[in-house]
Amino acid sequence: MDLLTEYGGGLRNDGRRGHELRKIRCRLGVFSQSDGSAYIEQGNTKVLAAVYGPRPVRNKQIKVHGSVLINFQYSMAVFSTGERKTRPRGDRKTSEISLQLRQAVSAAIMTEVHPRSQIDIFVEVLQADGGNFCACVNAATLALIDAGIPMREYVVACSASLAGDTPLVDISHLEETLGGPNLTVAALPLSGKVAVMELSQKLHLDHLPRVLDCALKGCADIHAILDTAIKQHLIKVAGARGLGKKFHLGQQTQNKLKNDKEEEEEEDDEMSKKDVEMITL
Amino acid sequence: MAQVLINDAEKKFIVDGVEVNMRNDGRTCNSYRPMELECDLVSTANGSARLRLANSDILVGVKTEIDAPHPDTPDLGKVEFFVDCSANATPVFEGRGGEDLATEISNSLSKAYYSSFPLHKLKIVSGHMCWKLTVDILILELGGNLFDATSLAVKAALYSTQIPRVSTAAVDGKNIDLQLSDDPHDCWSLDVSCIPCLVTMCKIGDHHLVDPTQEEEACSNASLIMAVTRKGKITSTFKYGDSSLHYNSVTKILKAGVEVGKSLNQALDEALVRESKLGPNRKKFGFLFVN
Repeated sequence: MDLLTEYGGGLRNDGRRGHELRKIRCRLGVFSQSDGSAYIEQGNTKVLAAVYGPRPVRNKQIKVHGSVLINFQYSMAVFSTGERKTRPRGDRKTSEISLQLRQAVSAAIMTEVHPRSQIDIFVEVLQADGGNFCACVNAATLALIDAGIPMREYVVACSASLAGDTPLVDISHLEETLGGPNLTVAALPLSGKVAVMELSQKLHLDHLPRVLDCALKGCADIHAILDTAIKQHLIKVAGARGLGKKFHLGQQTQNKLKNDKEEEEEEDDEMSKKDVEMITL
Repeated sequence: MAQVLINDAEKKFIVDGVEVNMRNDGRTCNSYRPMELECDLVSTANGSARLRLANSDILVGVKTEIDAPHPDTPDLGKVEFFVDCSANATPVFEGRGGEDLATEISNSLSKAYYSSFPLHKLKIVSGHMCWKLTVDILILELGGNLFDATSLAVKAALYSTQIPRVSTAAVDGKNIDLQLSDDPHDCWSLDVSCIPCLVTMCKIGDHHLVDPTQEEEACSNASLIMAVTRKGKITSTFKYGDSSLHYNSVTKILKAGVEVGKSLNQALDEALVRESKLGPNRKKFGFLFVN
């Protein structure tokens, strides 16, 4: 089986084109007991994330001064893969992914805001179909925002591969196992920074910029999707608490509010001019 | 179990409320909280179910595999339970923190299923091959009454489990030629009518109540957990908690628990039938569901 079929001018095995992401569906605030929680589906990859903290450091032996201690645990449900896993966490691979995930979120969290405290982030893969790391980073971002933890910007991850000359974005489990390079990038899309980058299998250096571009473009696309989801969530939450009523008002009322505000500002300007004159006098 | 922090005044409030058959959330002593149940959420498992009982959130996945039967029971299949307390539920479960609770739950389930599960239906070739069902339970949030919620979710997941049909199984000396049906949708499912549900009867003061919340569990001296089938048979029972129960109250609680178990089983069976009537193309919500 090839990464690209001959149909439709090179469609992928699941019917996507090279630059197309899998369908993303997400929800914030899934659980009530954790400080923040989120659920994300990227195609058939499904991940739950929960955030606890910031709170005092639990393990007194770990001493951190001046910045927050970030604790990240990655775990997979034993039924999440095609073949049953023997244990949900604690093996080499999951510990490595935990470390990388910690690295990714540490780049985005404003660690200096909460000194001498700890933030716990737990992710649970319910169903694995490729791009587990990426889905976990995205879920963690959503959960951190739900928990109200100050971040520089969203940290978003996406994977990319190369089939012949065509770069492929957001690769599925089937595409991962078919061979070909697998570039995973966690990025801060607004500033264009890369937080984590990993390449498995060999890839010619000439191709790297194109594949990296493709992955970063994927990150930017996912960023846009997550951003809309978060804004919708906030409108709903704020609306229920009577905040941000502006969002629910009709266009006319909104325009009127806008005009009123502008008039007020003009008045303010005149007032301040008078004040200035007074002072000069 | 991960305990909630609760002070003496709050405890007294709960105990006094139970005395007059009025609980914190407005329930009487023998009523359950509302539940949400959805089957077939996980496509990588042969059967799955998610149950949410107030805040207790349980996801169960059942996988089937072919295994050799135990030499003592050549005609019986196997069922194994594995519980994973996710750290998503509480940070206490991080690393190996949830293992004690996990063992308690999986042991209680294997005891309850030991005498009632239709293991003989999982036979393929006597003495050589059988189906092994691995029931994996993931605890995602804690809201009290974990044992009941887990057993209900397990029963629902077993109900939705699709076991591939074996088309031919020929024994030739020591070699066994086994062929599964070519059609991946050609499956059979288990009859779950004789599978029990666990019922927790929580003793607070002189009274006993069903479906305790975490706060009520903290007030309780001891509880009696029993596995009750639809017909009202008790397949296992054990006491849970630190303090002791009087003989008279044990018999009283057992009697009450059987009635609770019967109606619980009936309600679950009805819900499962109602869901399966919606057909395989029904809309699936999973964790995206907002109520």
